[in-house]
Amino acid sequence: MIPAEFKYSEEHEWINSKDIDEIIIGITDFAADTLGDIVFVELPSIGTEVKQFEKFGEIESVKAVSDLFSPISGTIIKRNENLVPKPELVNQDAYGDGWLITISPTDLKEIDGLMSSKDYNKFTES
Amino acid sequence: MNNSPINTNESKRKLSMDRSVAGRIGTTLPKLDVPLQTEPPKDLLRESLEMPELSESEIVRYLTQISTFNFSIDHNFYPLGSCTMKYNPKVNDDIAALPGFSAIHPLQAESTVQGALKLMHHLQDLLAEITGMAGTSLAPMAGAEGELAGMLMTKAYHQANGDKKRTKILIPDSAHGTNPASAVMAGFDVISLSTDDNGNTDIEGLKYALSDDIAGFMLTQPSTLGLFDTNILDVVNMVRDAGGIIYGDGANLNAVLGKLKPGQLGFDILHSNLHKTFTQPHGGGGPGAGAVMVSDRILPFLPTPVVNRRTDKSNNEFFTFASPEKTIGKMGAFHGNFGALVRAYAYIRTLGKQGIPKVSEDAVINANYIRSQIKGVFDLPYDRTCMHEVVISARNLKHDNGITALDVSKRLIDYGIHPPTMYFPLIVEEALMIEPTETESKETIDEFIDIMKTIAQEAADNPSLLKEAPHNAPNTRLDEALAAREPDLRWTK
Amino acid sequence: MSSDKNTGLKFSSPYTPNTENDRAEMLKAIGVNTVDDLFKDIPASYLNPELKIPDAISEMELVQEMEDLANLNSVPGEYASFMGSGAYKHFIPSIVNRLALRSEFMTCYTPYQPEVSQGTLQAHFEFQSMVCQLTGMDVANAGMYDGSTALSEAALMACRVTKKQVVSVFDSVSPYYRDVLKTFLDAPGIKIESAKDGNLKVNKNHACLIVQQPNYFGYFEDLSKLSDDIHNAGGLLIVVTDPISLGMYKPPADYGADIVVAEGQSMGIATSFGGPYVGLFACKQQYIRQMPGRIVGRTKDTNGNTGYVLTLQTREQHIRRDRATSNICTSVGLIALMSTIYMISQGKQGLKHIANLCYQKAHYAAAKINEIDGYIVHTDKPFFKEFVVSCPMSPKEINKRLLHNKIIGGVDVSNLTKNGMLICVTETNSKDEIDLLVSSLSEIITEG
Repeated sequence: MIPAEFKYSEEHEWINSKDIDEIIIGITDFAADTLGDIVFVELPSIGTEVKQFEKFGEIESVKAVSDLFSPISGTIIKRNENLVPKPELVNQDAYGDGWLITISPTDLKEIDGLMSSKDYNKFTES
Repeated sequence: MNNSPINTNESKRKLSMDRSVAGRIGTTLPKLDVPLQTEPPKDLLRESLEMPELSESEIVRYLTQISTFNFSIDHNFYPLGSCTMKYNPKVNDDIAALPGFSAIHPLQAESTVQGALKLMHHLQDLLAEITGMAGTSLAPMAGAEGELAGMLMTKAYHQANGDKKRTKILIPDSAHGTNPASAVMAGFDVISLSTDDNGNTDIEGLKYALSDDIAGFMLTQPSTLGLFDTNILDVVNMVRDAGGIIYGDGANLNAVLGKLKPGQLGFDILHSNLHKTFTQPHGGGGPGAGAVMVSDRILPFLPTPVVNRRTDKSNNEFFTFASPEKTIGKMGAFHGNFGALVRAYAYIRTLGKQGIPKVSEDAVINANYIRSQIKGVFDLPYDRTCMHEVVISARNLKHDNGITALDVSKRLIDYGIHPPTMYFPLIVEEALMIEPTETESKETIDEFIDIMKTIAQEAADNPSLLKEAPHNAPNTRLDEALAAREPDLRWTK
Repeated sequence: MSSDKNTGLKFSSPYTPNTENDRAEMLKAIGVNTVDDLFKDIPASYLNPELKIPDAISEMELVQEMEDLANLNSVPGEYASFMGSGAYKHFIPSIVNRLALRSEFMTCYTPYQPEVSQGTLQAHFEFQSMVCQLTGMDVANAGMYDGSTALSEAALMACRVTKKQVVSVFDSVSPYYRDVLKTFLDAPGIKIESAKDGNLKVNKNHACLIVQQPNYFGYFEDLSKLSDDIHNAGGLLIVVTDPISLGMYKPPADYGADIVVAEGQSMGIATSFGGPYVGLFACKQQYIRQMPGRIVGRTKDTNGNTGYVLTLQTREQHIRRDRATSNICTSVGLIALMSTIYMISQGKQGLKHIANLCYQKAHYAAAKINEIDGYIVHTDKPFFKEFVVSCPMSPKEINKRLLHNKIIGGVDVSNLTKNGMLICVTETNSKDEIDLLVSSLSEIITEG
């Protein structure tokens, strides 16, 4: 089950825009499972500006590396510092404790272009 | 694994520092035979040095015990694809250890090392002849360094022609990771080319990618799929017509040794992993040697040094180091991995023109024999004649029983066989890349085939047997995620 | 299969077991008629080219031929040798080769399958541990090709860490190493600036300062000051060192080095005309993800038992491809193993003792040579086992004459300092050898 209220990107990131001033971003269970045991997450420093669908970091499992692409544009407010000692949080709780960053968005309209949970489910099944 | 009250595994895993007992010595030391000199300045000296204190007998037992934890060619069939794990002739080790080779210093006057230089000169000629190229440099110290040398020569060639816009290198998606990494180290951008359904270079894709900013094409032949590109002449001509250099990755030279000269096909540069094709023992991951052979137009750019032969009026030979006119420079402090060169030379001399083609013939027969006998048990993603290695897929087992290439590999260990290369090339799902080499007998290959069939049956009957394998190795499966999350990389108190 | 014209013997190779019968059976099982049917993907006109190489020879003939070649060389050992400059003759205890040449260590490959490679992996872990102990650094990799490429990789790493594109290199760093540095750094467009002692101006553009300690000529640099200079400029300090010197001298970590590299050959490896050797590479913990090469880590198996694996592999070319920290694919495992056995065997007492023997004998030789009229030993800085002598005539000429007395003299460095000869003395040089060198140098003067 994936959170119904979140929005999803084709690069398998989710956003939680409950607080529209500080949007939470993570990767989906599907992505975490595909990667396998996550061993390292590289995140940008606070204050970094990111553009929609551009690379903002890297996530590594034992034998794979993936780029992280931001589903929306904005400025990084927080990084999940718990991932430094415990990167496995991404595997254990991808939609909760395994979040990556929070962003102050520059263009809320971008959110409309992302997939709903229903669409994302279809997307991963295909 | 261990049912005894004392865990002898853990005692064998103790490191030398943990075994250390103050006052023990591992070797006797010579006395000072000169008058005592003035002490060195105190502020330059270290306060302490914590190193092991063990007797010689303890060291020998410790290292002998852990050595038995390894699989090796001398003990096990080792069909590790792409690595050409062939038998390493023992006489070559003895020869490399002759004091006349092993004890000479790299900076001795040329007149005092004529034997070494003569050997290198002959080896240069032999490698050029076998590969159909115009000249050789023995300087690179590994295959990947040979690749780097090749990329640097490609760059230097275009720059010497004033052709500065060629900044990109084409590399097939099936290539070894060293290819793109080497191209980037040489300052190129990499363009990845796809492979067509037959395992050949995608000609349409190549046509599309070729332009006046392409410096060259890094081509592994046969490819890492173990397949020879049936469009090879078209590929070579297209790249050359577009002004590009054809760089041959010689990792799979064992497939065509003596049967085909890449130089005749139009290759400009070829590196050879002397430790694979020419039997320098792999040593747990090195040393290697990565000789580079080149066509006429690349000769001036070879890495330095090369060995030249001169004769005087009375026809006496003299061998000397030389630096090619527009050399890309040095690849290491001295002249390459000489010990590996001695072995390669001895190997080629032993086999001679009769034995060299037999290497690739038997390697290719062994691989195709495996392919033909394993068909139907494992999937063949490219069902056509292979060269020296065959890439199979465990996707049928994964689909039917949830058994992966990893599980099959680990189960092979229980049967005393080193697993094939897994999950490579990346474009094949659940890939197992099997390279038997020419030094294995039909009996060994038959047994391997039987074992693979048995494992496929076990996958259906008792999948947990595979999931939990290996069962009788020094360790069960190791936690690689733990190792990466909490790196423990050295002894600490 | 060809036949020997003289004997009619069919050629067969001891390394390829399959007979004509075996081949025929296998070809039949494959479903082809001839071996060349398996090579049909190769354009026919290119198949089976003429091979102009000599005929096969027997093992006996091979050994004779190779011994003849080896005998053309003048061998240190038979000759007293005072040649160093980055390749050193130190005594090698028997156990180094006896253990390393075991089939289990010698004929295995990179430990991709950890469950059947624990011998290699544990030995690599020992190597990393001991390189850290010697250099004082936090972490080390499992080995590089040689000292010079280890240095080049260190410079590339410093550029990645600092995101700068200029490196500053002391001109007392080995000229061979500086040549290799140029090969590796020119291509990605990194600028190399040469820094001279006393005229050092590091600035904020410098990714690193590269210093050799003891330097190429055998002398010690003022590392404390250099370390402050480069760190204040926001760059890294890279130190090239001689591991034998670390038996008694302060490790580079004590001076604040960020990356330490060295040639490992001096620890149990034959000089072997320049290779194979092994490069040592160690750095501070915080730079670990930018480190090139193989790294072994300790972990647990599913039964909770200790074991070792290759780790942090996402840095490497087989995973990260064009974005890897390096293209390197080897750790020169066998040579690293040899140096590991050497370090364990010499141990705490031996390493210190060897260093002291080198120091004492080199200083004895330097003092004696300095007493000869016309020879001046450079002593403006402290030195370890190598020193420079200004000779009364060209070192090339002197070395030619020394050969008559069965002495291989020092390396000619007259291109770097006038009539300079770089002399190396290790524990393997007896007092008799040193005295012979001194009397020979003296005779050369008298002869004129």
